[in-house]
Parts: sequence; C-alpha cells; structure tokens
Amino acid sequence: MKKFDKFVTNAVGRKVPTIVNGKEQVPFMGVGKYRPTGNKAAPPIATAADYPEDGNKTQPDLKTALIKAGLKDGMTISTHHHFRNGDVLAVQIFDIAKELGVKDLVWFPSASFPCHQPLIKYLEDGTIHHIEGSMNGALGRHASYGKMAGLGVLRSHGGRYQAVQDGDVHIDIAVIAAPSADAFGNATGDRGPAACGLLGFALADSQYADKVIVATDNLVPFPCIPWQIQGNYVDYVVTVDQIGIPEKIVSGTTKITRSPDRLHIAELSAQFCEEAGLIYDGFSFQAGAGGTSLSIGVYFAEILKKKGWTAAFARGGSNKYLVEMLEQGLTKFILDGQTFDLEGVRSMRENWNHVNTSPFTSYNYHGKGFFGTFVDIVIVGATEVDVNFNANVVTHSDGLLLHGIGGWQNTLFGKCTILPIPLFRDRIPVILDDVTTITGPGDLIDVIVTERGIAINPKRTDLLEAVKDSKLPIKTIEELKAEAEAICGKPKKARVDENEPVAVIKWVDGTIIDTVWKVVE
Amino acid sequence: MDSKEMLFCGNAGDKVRSDCRIGFLATRDGGRKIDLTSKVLVMFGEDIMKQANEILDFYGIENCEMKIEDAGALEFVLAARMEAVIRKATGSDKEFLMPALEKNLEGSPKDRFRFSRLYLPGNTPHLFINAGIHNPDGLILDLEDAVAYDKKYEASFLVRNVLRCVDLADAERMVRINQIPRGLDDLPFIVNHGVNLILVPKCESADQIIAVNDKIAELSDNKDRKIWLMPIIESALGVMKAYEIAIAADNVVALAIGLEDYTADMGVQRTREGKESFFARNMLTMACKAAGIQAIDSVYSDVDDTEGLINAIKESKSIGFTGMGCIHPRQIRVIHEYYGPEEAEIEKAKRIVLAFDDATAKGLGVVSLGSKMIDPPVVKRALTTIDVAINTGKLSANWKEETNEEV
Repeated sequence: MKKFDKFVTNAVGRKVPTIVNGKEQVPFMGVGKYRPTGNKAAPPIATAADYPEDGNKTQPDLKTALIKAGLKDGMTISTHHHFRNGDVLAVQIFDIAKELGVKDLVWFPSASFPCHQPLIKYLEDGTIHHIEGSMNGALGRHASYGKMAGLGVLRSHGGRYQAVQDGDVHIDIAVIAAPSADAFGNATGDRGPAACGLLGFALADSQYADKVIVATDNLVPFPCIPWQIQGNYVDYVVTVDQIGIPEKIVSGTTKITRSPDRLHIAELSAQFCEEAGLIYDGFSFQAGAGGTSLSIGVYFAEILKKKGWTAAFARGGSNKYLVEMLEQGLTKFILDGQTFDLEGVRSMRENWNHVNTSPFTSYNYHGKGFFGTFVDIVIVGATEVDVNFNANVVTHSDGLLLHGIGGWQNTLFGKCTILPIPLFRDRIPVILDDVTTITGPGDLIDVIVTERGIAINPKRTDLLEAVKDSKLPIKTIEELKAEAEAICGKPKKARVDENEPVAVIKWVDGTIIDTVWKVVE
Repeated sequence: MDSKEMLFCGNAGDKVRSDCRIGFLATRDGGRKIDLTSKVLVMFGEDIMKQANEILDFYGIENCEMKIEDAGALEFVLAARMEAVIRKATGSDKEFLMPALEKNLEGSPKDRFRFSRLYLPGNTPHLFINAGIHNPDGLILDLEDAVAYDKKYEASFLVRNVLRCVDLADAERMVRINQIPRGLDDLPFIVNHGVNLILVPKCESADQIIAVNDKIAELSDNKDRKIWLMPIIESALGVMKAYEIAIAADNVVALAIGLEDYTADMGVQRTREGKESFFARNMLTMACKAAGIQAIDSVYSDVDDTEGLINAIKESKSIGFTGMGCIHPRQIRVIHEYYGPEEAEIEKAKRIVLAFDDATAKGLGVVSLGSKMIDPPVVKRALTTIDVAINTGKLSANWKEETNEEV
C-alpha cells in the first residue's frame, strides 16, 4: 500500500497526492465542480433471526464485544467526540486491541482532543496505523513530524458523513459511547448520569458500519427514549463503569472572552451585521465555539431585544448563552450539532424546540441539500487568512498540524460567512500572502473582522455597497495585511518538506484541497 | 547557559505572552553565545538574532552569553528588554533608541477633553499594542503602583519604547511616574520621547510640581514642546494643599484624586456610597475650578458593574468632575457617554459652529452669535464638543445637512 503517490496541482494551486494510503483520490476542482455519480455505499444485510428475540444484545464487557465484532488487523474503528475532552472510550478500545495483539488499525474519530494523547504510544508501536480525523494538539504534533505510518486524512463533520455514505471510508466496527441505552441498542445522549446532549456524529457510523457496539454506563429498560441512535443498527451493547466525563465537554473555547481586544472584534462584527442589514426579524445565525464568536451571539441577543425581533433559528454548538436566547424567546429554535456545555444538555432534554441534529441534516454535501446553506450569518474562526480570503483552521504558521476542521468547512456555505480574528497573535500576523494550509476557499469567505478594521471580499459587492456610508472601519485585505506586517514584521514561511506529506485535507465533496507537509525540525 | 552571574530582564513562563526574558552575562572571550528559544522561531527567529546582534554591536560587546526566551515579543519589547539587561550589567548609559513615529512626538492641546484615561501596567507589553483602538482620551503607562519594585528599572525602557514606537491612536500619551523624589529618575525615560502628560502621584505640595518642572526643563531638548502635568491627590495633606498644587505651574492641566490611598491615609474604609471621601472630592473640584483646570475622579474598580459605574459618573459629574480613570477598556464608552456633552451643550456648540461657518463664508474675521462676540477658544471648544458628540453617538455626523433640512 503506497502511503502517497502521484502529486498534481489542484484548483487552488496546491500540490496534492492522488494516492493516499493506497486509495485513489480526486484533487479539489473548485466549489460545486465535482459531481460524482453512482450509488451510495451500503452495510451488509442483517437478519433478525441472527439476533436475540428478546432484544437483549448485552455482552459482559467491551473486550468481548470487540472480539465478537471480529476485531482484526487493518480494521477501521470509529469513535465519537460527544464528550469532547471527556472521552474515555477511545483509549480503552486501543488498550484492548494492544492486549489482543491487533495491528495496523485505522482510527476514524469524529474529532480528537488532548485526552487522546495516550494513543501516541499505539501509533508508535503499530497498533494504530494512522488516523482519519482531526488531530488536535499532541496527536497533530506527532503527525506533523512524519511519525505516523500512514497519511492522516482530515475531514469536516459533513465530509465525514459524506465519506462514509459514499464509501470513501468503510467502518468495520463503530463504538458509540451512550449516556443512556437499552439492551436492544437504542441510545440517547440527553439523559443519564453522564449526559452529553446528542449523538449525531455517530449517526453515519450506526447506519453504515459492519458492526456497531453501544457502550453505556446507564442501561435502562426498553425503550430508551428518545432513541437518538436506533437499536436496529446495533449489534452489541456493553455496560461500563464510566462512559465519559461530562464536565469536560466544556472546554476553554466555550467561554465568553474577557479580552478587551476580542470583545472589540465581537462588537465590530455585530455592528457590521446590523449595519449591513444582515440581522432582521426571522434571521438565522451560527456562532461557533470560541470566546469571540460566543460574544457576538450575546451582541446579537442585545440587538434582537432592542428591536423586538426573534431569530428563526440559531445553529449550535449550543451553550448557556444560546439557551438563554431560546428561553427568553429571542430565537424560536436551536438546531444543535453538539452541546458545548451542560446547560445545552439540560435544554435539549427540557425544551422541545432545542433540536438535536446530525451532520446528515446540517452539513452533508452529497445529499439533496443541507440546512447549512440557509443560515444568514455564520461566525467562525481561522488561524490564518490570505489576501484571496482563503483560510486555514488546521495548521499554525510554523506548519504544525494542531486543530481539526470540525464543521467549519460546512458552515462556509451559509449566506454570509464572517471571520472575526485578531490581526495578529502575539507577533504572528494572521493575514498573509498565502496561508500555510488552505482549509476553505476564499470564494466562500465574505468578511474578515479584525480589531483594526474590516475587510470585505471584493466579490461581495452587495455587502460593500450596504456599508459604504457607515462609520465602520472598512479596509481592503491588503491594507490589513500591511498594517499587521508594520507591527510584527514579515514572517518567514513554515519550514516543511514538500516531498513528504503527513496529512491531506479533504473538501466537503471528498476531493483534496490541500496537503499538510512534514515539519523540518 | 543559565549561569548564576547572568542578569535577567523581562518575563518568561507559561502564561507570559508578547513578552520576553533576556539573560545577559559579559564574558572575556569566546565571542557572542546567543541562546534563543521562541514561540515564533520559524517565522521570526532570524530577525530576533539580527536584532540581538545589532544591539550588541551598538554597545560594542564582542564577548557575552545572551539567553533569549521569547513568547512572541514585538521588536520594541525585545529592544527594551535587551537594552535594560545590558545597561544593568555593564553600567552603560547609552540609549538604544528605535526610530520614533512622527505622530508620537506631537504635543497635545492643553484644554482637550480628558473624560477617560486608561491605566496600562508599565511592564505588561501585550496590553500596549492595541490599547489605542479602544479610543480612550488618554493612555497612562504606569510606572508606579502597577509595577513591582524589582521590575521598575526594566519597565522604564519599555515605557520609553512604547512612547516612541507604538501607535496609540488619538489617545493623549500619559505616564504615571513614581512618587517624588523617586519619580524624578523616571523623567529621562519619557521627557524627550513623546510623553504628553505626566501624572505625579501622591502629590502633597507645590514644591513637588516645581521639582518635576525643573527636571523637565533640564532634560528637554525642545523647549517649545509642552508637557502637561496632572498631580494626583491621594492623602489628607494633598487635599488640604489642592489649590496650591493646582496653581503651582501653568502646565498643570488637571488634578486627579486617588481614593484608595486617600482612604488608607484617612484610616477609613472606601465604601460604595463614598461619604468618607465626599469632602475631599468637593475640595478637589473646588480647587480645580478656582484654578481653571480640569478635575478628574478616581477609578471605578468593579469592571463588571456597568450600572454602578453609571451611577458613580452621574454623582461625580454633579460635583464638578469632568473625567475618570479606567482600569478596563469596557469602561471607556460608558465614561464618554455620561461625562460627555449634554444636549444643551451640544445645541449651543451647534449654534456656535454654524455661526463660525457663516462668518468664514462671508470672509469675516469675527464670529458673532446674536449680539455676542465669540472668542476663538470658544469656537475651538465648540468644534471639539461637536466632535465628541459625534464620536459618542450623540450627534449625527451629517448634523449640518440635517439642520439645513429642518430649516
């Protein structure tokens, strides 16, 4: 199996391999240009006769379930990040694999967190061959220096659903951590001692994996309602002592910023939205995780209150601020993709209009539409932006792969995408001639809001016209870049080996938009 | 390379950002050994090494050990830290001056509005660079209480470089020096480097003001450039001497009151209601009005309590204060809003400005409103009032057109 081969230059001018981990790949062709044909993938046909009539699929422990699921060398194992940094299951699975002497597994998580750092030893000893999913922090650093046997493949949340559905990734065994489940495998995330909200990231896995294991620390009598995951997809159910640490789903990025500069950026962003006429009675918005984004949501709430308006829906990552808006009647719905704090979990359980969604409904590009395109205002972050509005969320300017894509690429399809970002971080300018890794094409990025000015994508003549008489500090992106360089100096580019890829970045349609290269130590 | 003799200036550690710590040890031979660790090593490592060598060249140092622990410090910070440690180690008094921004060497008008002045700890670099974007009337680079005793030396270099090199937008560049006489030693770092106004803390006599002015006169390389003084009254004695201090020199433009130290001096608790300082604050505003200068109130220290801040401003304004210190940028807008010009003041300023426009259009040298002549300073003040009213959202930028439409 060739780790990588046959480089070409894609539609955004980036050198990408067309063979990755032995599989053929399609280079990025431009937004909306790649239209695959054929049929979706399908899991094997199962027969009810092979499953217990009384619906009791319980197994004594995770190890037994994995053995029964046929765990063997080279398999793809999926897990999910509903507990974010409080996940305990992924490490247990690979501990068992190591104990059983299984090698060359592919880990296919919906996201990774610092809690997954112990898996580095399994990347080193060959238990795990490579990771197809986000690689945060230590895992990303490990991969960046070319220490992973295979090539990393990073996908967005919607891209992950697309990859499973289209057959780009075949999951052998999916293990779903469920805060409540019944013996048949129906499962929910919104209740139980370790409630985490929703289980939407596991939907594709439950539908398409060969074998599905539900693990819970709260086995309830049938029926487990609501059944966010339906037991009809599930092979085995196991009870464990602890399924996850719900307190750790709250991460540092889900608190409102206290930084004066970031509050200033948040306020400017909200002012821009108001003055550009993007906020109206019945508008919709998505504010991502991150202190600045959350603060913008708070400003939106103030504007709605002042005008007596109501948002049609707010797209979450839910958190206590969105929940306050819902419970104060400032938004009619929260369409939630993942709960960022325990208030979000409570609200999902108690409020009928706090709806759990999956990447299928919100983000999947290979479907018959997705609601991400209806969102009026999308607020997301970036590590870097270039003068063509291409943005990076996965690598830092020194080339290190430190973040996942999350739903970021998918949200760019909203009607107006705004990136509130500082012009520089310490001495590192954020606006550059070229970003280290293109994660999202500039065609879909409309506005950059910094503490020193707002740049509007020249393609958005409507927005430029809407704010031309305002007092907002509108500048060109080149002016912002020059300002950052006057303060910081012009940074040298990352020192990477452009013959040695360590990961590829998939676009929402499964094509490769960019390559992450080995960092030269 | 962390020998016991090595001297250090600056800050390092997990929580430090946009700063650096520089270790320096002069050696007899072996050339320059520079050990650089930096969170921006890839992007700026070469630039940092080049800067270090330039500064070592400037001081004629051929043999040394230098340890640079950089957490993304900007050039002016690196330069300040390097200069401080080299001068501390070698005893040199040569100044390594980076080019000053032209606008930073301009003076400020004596009678400008001073509603808000934001305190910035003098040894905390990451707070400086964006301080101007919050539009305070003044930015105070604080060398006094906000800097630990053993950091005062290195902070002076940093403050000097900020005055010269950092664009602080339209804020008046202020420095709070240390208490006199120690504060006189701070003056060489600021007098010829763009300071607009010096805050003289714990001021208790006219003599202290005269001492500051004497030192400024001794140091100044431009006698035409005015440096304003704002003595801070922070003791019972200071309160009793307020008028004497206010009229001590013609460059005293305001008195400020510092209530934390004042209440400590009085041996009383500072309360929300402020009865314990009512006399002192009245005395201060009285002295200021009598001397024809501005009276500036103490900071409101609960950043999260906007309502409390508003009430404090209303009360402060009612007894004659015209501005207040702030400890967080969030307080600036509220301070401008509530100390800013009121409706009647704006209406009067509008009439004066329209009369001025009319006189200019007719080529008249004298502005009159009805039967009254309007002096040029009054016109200037009216123009400023209009500017402030527009900036605080109290008046439309197109008010002239709108006024004409109404007519």
